[in-house]
Amino acid sequence: MRQSESSRYILEMVDIDKRFQGVHALKKCSLNLRGGEVLALVGENGAGKSTMMKILTGIYQADEGKITYFGETVKFKNPKDAQDAGIAIVHQELNLMNHLTAAQNIFIGRESSGFFLDEKSINRKASELFKRMHIHIDPQEKVKNLTVGKQQIVEIAKALSYDAKVIVFDEPTATLTDAEIDTLFQIIAELREKGVGIIYISHRMDEIRRITDRVTVLRDGEFVGTRDTKDVEIQEIIQMMIGRVTYEEPKQSSTVSPEAPIVLRVENLNSKDVTDISFTLQKGEILGFAGLMGAGRTEVARLIFGADKRSSGDIYVNGEQVDIKSPHDAVKHGIGYLSEDRKRFGLATGMSVSSNAVMASLDQHVKWLFIDAKKVRSVTQAHVEKVDVRTPSIDQLVKNLSGGNQQKVVISKWLIRNCDILIFDEPTRGIDVGAKSEIYKLMNALAQSGKSIIMISSELPELLRMSDRIFVMCEGAHTGTVSIEEADQHALMTLATQNSSLSRASAIGGE
Amino acid sequence: MTDIIKRIQPQKFLALGALVILYVFFAIFGQNFVSTSTHLNILAQSYFVGFLAIGVTFVILSGGIDLSIGTVMMCSAVVGGLLYRQFDLPLWLCLIIVVLIGTTFGLFNGLMVTKLGLPPFISTLGTMMIAMGLGSILTNTRTQSYPSLLEADAWFGRVFLREGNFPTGAVWLLVIFILAMILLNKTKLGRYTYAIGSNEEAVRLSGVNASSWKCMIYVISGFFAGVAAIFFAAAYTAIIPGQGQGNELQAIAAVVIGGTSLAGGIGSLSGTIIGVFIMSVLRTGLMSIGLPAPYQNFFTGVVVIAAVWLDIQRTKRANQVKKEKQVVQKTA
Repeated sequence: MRQSESSRYILEMVDIDKRFQGVHALKKCSLNLRGGEVLALVGENGAGKSTMMKILTGIYQADEGKITYFGETVKFKNPKDAQDAGIAIVHQELNLMNHLTAAQNIFIGRESSGFFLDEKSINRKASELFKRMHIHIDPQEKVKNLTVGKQQIVEIAKALSYDAKVIVFDEPTATLTDAEIDTLFQIIAELREKGVGIIYISHRMDEIRRITDRVTVLRDGEFVGTRDTKDVEIQEIIQMMIGRVTYEEPKQSSTVSPEAPIVLRVENLNSKDVTDISFTLQKGEILGFAGLMGAGRTEVARLIFGADKRSSGDIYVNGEQVDIKSPHDAVKHGIGYLSEDRKRFGLATGMSVSSNAVMASLDQHVKWLFIDAKKVRSVTQAHVEKVDVRTPSIDQLVKNLSGGNQQKVVISKWLIRNCDILIFDEPTRGIDVGAKSEIYKLMNALAQSGKSIIMISSELPELLRMSDRIFVMCEGAHTGTVSIEEADQHALMTLATQNSSLSRASAIGGE
Repeated sequence: MTDIIKRIQPQKFLALGALVILYVFFAIFGQNFVSTSTHLNILAQSYFVGFLAIGVTFVILSGGIDLSIGTVMMCSAVVGGLLYRQFDLPLWLCLIIVVLIGTTFGLFNGLMVTKLGLPPFISTLGTMMIAMGLGSILTNTRTQSYPSLLEADAWFGRVFLREGNFPTGAVWLLVIFILAMILLNKTKLGRYTYAIGSNEEAVRLSGVNASSWKCMIYVISGFFAGVAAIFFAAAYTAIIPGQGQGNELQAIAAVVIGGTSLAGGIGSLSGTIIGVFIMSVLRTGLMSIGLPAPYQNFFTGVVVIAAVWLDIQRTKRANQVKKEKQVVQKTA
């Protein structure tokens, strides 16, 4: 540990307080950072990590509290102030200008000293940066043509280009491949070597263990504590984050009786993305879909839901063949799809909880051409209570809810529409640890009440915990179905990489 | 080499191809289409719409819209005429004031969008009506006139429209077009125009004062509306207050035909200028095959829809290719 040579803090944030229109986002939160160390900042979504970092980087201003930076009290009024002081951030959500080149993105705001641009010089500087990072990206390539991982690298290069003394990484690895993550960690090690202080926000405990020196935990806008990474158990960090222990074991055996009727049967489904997919789904069953990114799981879901066109194959619902040509047809047959990207495909976030909840079933709530507001209210209210959406009222705008509660609104939407077959695509992506277990509980309750569920997930522990059977795909084809009694991570991973020559390449979820 | 090809937008070829096809079509079927007078006519019709379109290209690239340019142009022109005829100011001074009026309206738009946070559509819609009303109020709804080629100050028409059969206006258009190209492609202002159109929040978070650059973009649009007013006055000499609506839509149509996305971030000035010429060739050409004015509007509408539809098809295909490429990369 390098703390001995410079145990002095380069950055101290003390008793930071911040309110947003009545919401107390940060309650006297503190953290401190030494030069040449990596500090993990962890907490559930909504714990205040991002707000804390936005205050540090001048995007927000603290209501109370003090920031000391290299011994001086500072106040950053805007992002530029913070940048000029040597504090850079790699945002969680990509903040790139898609139509500009990689180099143009990195040096936005610092093109040249005069009015005219100097493309050559920024291209050269960007090349040098990428070289230093051991990454091949053409500085003149437009960002929109890069993969998401490469886009993230461009963001990181931008932060590095400031020659910052403090760099904040806000969940940088979410979209990176294993190889890219290794590169990133190497870069972080080099920065630490140079004495740069690094704040690293992540949900991935293995990463925190791998690269951080200390861990600071926030919960509900409050400071919980700071520990040395080497002295702390992951279980303890999780406990600090959520204030309770929730680690649960994989499901022991299927809860579906073999006599349960088959509600969905898919035979020889083909499209340009998938080949010969056949499976059955029983009433009350949770069928897990495992596979690597790009294995074709979402594509199968979209075919069943009629969102994409199938070239051949038959779908039977409750024993009868159905012709699903569009999502409209699918919903008519009681199939609901919960997209992995809620905000884009699942919700109208600018509308209220109740408007969203009845979105799929509006024609059932119409009286003489007019929306029956009373009925909508009572139906929504009942479902909001049933799935336990935490919202001050059903008139609250969906965008003001947390990820877990937004997901519950989507679930209500399909329940109100009376869907008996629900396809959950990555239902817990972007949802924090505590809310995850609520979603699990809800899914189990739905299955027990006779709904049938297809659950697509990239997290194997999640699949093992929830599923009655697991259907594994690789490169668009079915490679095996495993009963929960026989399933373990190793077996699933073997099937998921069966066709692939590079069995571990781009594997995800094998934590 | 492939690099260069990759960087040229196909939409520009598409627009250029359409322009050539239209020209050839009318050259074959039109009466007297291939003649000096027709060409002068095509050029003359391209001046003021051209300047408007150049200005509004900046705004559209930044993801905004400026609906006020048409009436701002007319308002600037009538006020210039008023100062010239009623207040006997020298013509050169009037012309400078004309440009300043346009620029001021642009600043007004820019401040409304950036300081008051009004949506560009609304603020420029308001300005559109304010400018239209103001022109009428100041002139008492009396038509204002600029010197014709036969009066004193006849240099006006010669400098801004044509000298004999030489289209001086075209020289202005070319020169200003090149200057605008430099502004858009070689300066910070241009870079931030594209950047704001791509992702304004990202620009702001990069420490750039995005809102003042954005304001500047509307000022440029207003400036070009003022410039357009001079050429409008040169072409028509008599300016009727309270009009000018519709010119902004002609300009926006030209921008869109030229492949600039209304969502911002994508597009070019060369596309815009091609769009301007497509519209004036169409207008002049339809006349040469004997179709009256209403047909011109009709076909302009068709061209706008066709251009955008083609663009959408192209982007869809490009996305498809990109998606497939990414899947290949991931599975590799």
